[in-house]
Amino acid sequence: MAARATPARLAKPVTGLSDRMVAWLFIGPTMLLLLALNIFPLFWAIALSFTNYRANRPNEPVDNVGIRNYERILTDPDIWISMQTTANFVFWTIALQTLIGFSLAYFIDRKFRGHAFWTTIILVPMMLSPAVVGNFWRFLYEPQIGLFAYAVSFVSGIPPTEIAMLSNVTLAPWSIIIVDTWMWTPYVMLICLAGLRSIPDYIYEAAEVDRASPWRQFWSITLPMALPFIMLAVLFRGIENFKMFDMVNLLTGGGPGSTTEVASITLKREAFEKWRTGYSSAFAIILFVAVFGLANIYVKALNRVKQR
Amino acid sequence: MSLTTAHSVVVPSQTSKRIAGTIVILYALISIVPLLWIFATSVKTPPDSIAYPPKIMFQPSVEGYCNLFTTRTRQTPEYIESLPPAANFCDEVARKRNMVIAGPSNFVPRFVNSLVIAFGSTFCAVFLGTLAAYGFSRFKVPLADDLLFFILSTRMMPPIAVAIPIYLMYRELGLSDSALGMILLYTAVNVSLAVWLLKGFIDEIPREYEEAAMIDGYTRLQAFWKVVLPQATTGIAATAIFCLIFAWNEYAFAALLTSGQAQTAPPFIPQIIGEGGQDWPAVAAGTTIFLVPILVFTILLRKQLLRGITFGAVRK
Repeated sequence: MAARATPARLAKPVTGLSDRMVAWLFIGPTMLLLLALNIFPLFWAIALSFTNYRANRPNEPVDNVGIRNYERILTDPDIWISMQTTANFVFWTIALQTLIGFSLAYFIDRKFRGHAFWTTIILVPMMLSPAVVGNFWRFLYEPQIGLFAYAVSFVSGIPPTEIAMLSNVTLAPWSIIIVDTWMWTPYVMLICLAGLRSIPDYIYEAAEVDRASPWRQFWSITLPMALPFIMLAVLFRGIENFKMFDMVNLLTGGGPGSTTEVASITLKREAFEKWRTGYSSAFAIILFVAVFGLANIYVKALNRVKQR
Repeated sequence: MSLTTAHSVVVPSQTSKRIAGTIVILYALISIVPLLWIFATSVKTPPDSIAYPPKIMFQPSVEGYCNLFTTRTRQTPEYIESLPPAANFCDEVARKRNMVIAGPSNFVPRFVNSLVIAFGSTFCAVFLGTLAAYGFSRFKVPLADDLLFFILSTRMMPPIAVAIPIYLMYRELGLSDSALGMILLYTAVNVSLAVWLLKGFIDEIPREYEEAAMIDGYTRLQAFWKVVLPQATTGIAATAIFCLIFAWNEYAFAALLTSGQAQTAPPFIPQIIGEGGQDWPAVAAGTTIFLVPILVFTILLRKQLLRGITFGAVRK
């Protein structure tokens, strides 16, 4: 009522903040929080990476060692082995998840009876805590009493005591790949399904009129049109699995020996067991630059595929 | 048209449907076996749980749940004889194994920590995220794309790499092993998801609504509060559930930055041990209790799932 009596020109500055003010008021707090808990620690880590600081001995004098930490990391064969373990893990999990996930999406897209219900069932594992569920897989993997070993020996005839998934050097990496694939295939499946459903029916109808074989339709319509979605799923899984920590830490802890020691596990050992804070900060920075760089290159490729 | 062709890909044939259905159902059944096994193990007795071959049929028991909530000490049969009769079922079960219940376990406090930290950080992340998302959606923010990318890139850091400086910072600030510290950290991690998801949801609300409200004399803040927020409730609820699930499931930060007071359930459950190793029925019981809320949320979220897991990049 009172507002109506006031002339419109005068009303504005009195009754409200300017849009500019509101914008900063709204975005500011988030930015402050991220500055305090992401950017500030990042710069702190960069600063530490040039020192020989050890977090468990805060009172010892700290020396500036220049780029020696970086030199040592890049020439350390153990670090390269752990990078290779990470690369293997990322490669196999993504390959399996993409293959199984896409196939499942393709089958679900046939829209058989009850497909919505079964899709929901398939989605459940990916929502659960990788740590808590991964921990339970240790029990499933127990050589004799574990269900996994029992099922495998039931199918293959190998005595269950010989299926020591977690302590056998060749099997241990696969034990992690299996759990990760079990957990995250639904993720890839869901994104692929969105891709398949985005292909308009008339394209298939046109191909049908042109008498293109189902095989041909798959390779020249389905796959190319779903490709941006598949690539997006690979991007997200790639970043996540590059960071992989929970499952490996609980299943094998990097063992036996260092056969499953992925980069995050090495980092944790250096930072929180050997307490070489400066050295591990340098390694953390290298990892961040690597994942950031790779993701950037990949996003460029993804955009090129999308525009095609 | 489809009458003249023998089969059409647009409408899959009955046979192809049947084959596809069989494969998908088979996969679904195999993939939920581990989850069913968790539940089955939680209602087994310790000897049943480690039987060979693994027992599918067994006498259900709540011993796992008793063991999850209590700590027990071994006593001589004579001492147990001298005690007054067992007060409850768990007491009775323990005495059969020559044990006496010594007190409650840490499970309840750890579970409460999980609840406090998950809900606290979700509230903060959604609150901050809604404001920021509205800001990015409606105003010309300088360098908006760069800021949004910066917000997303904070998710690319390996958690251990973030944990090193955070550990040192929290030690200086006295936030080590505190619920407040964990809430702040999870808020920072989740706010990126919240901003990206909510920006998508708010972008879908037509600007005309607010503009009409502002012509009617609402200020910008009133229009945000009374027009935009009610329209965005579904989006806000979905975002909140995603943030809640992340915070609830998180392990790496919790394992490295908390040890006692503020420890959450994920690092605690793997540490549940009985005499002579891991007490699997108790672990399974803890896991079951821990997973049930997530199962409920997953079913509620079905329709928004795709959007949530891709940071809003894919919308149906």
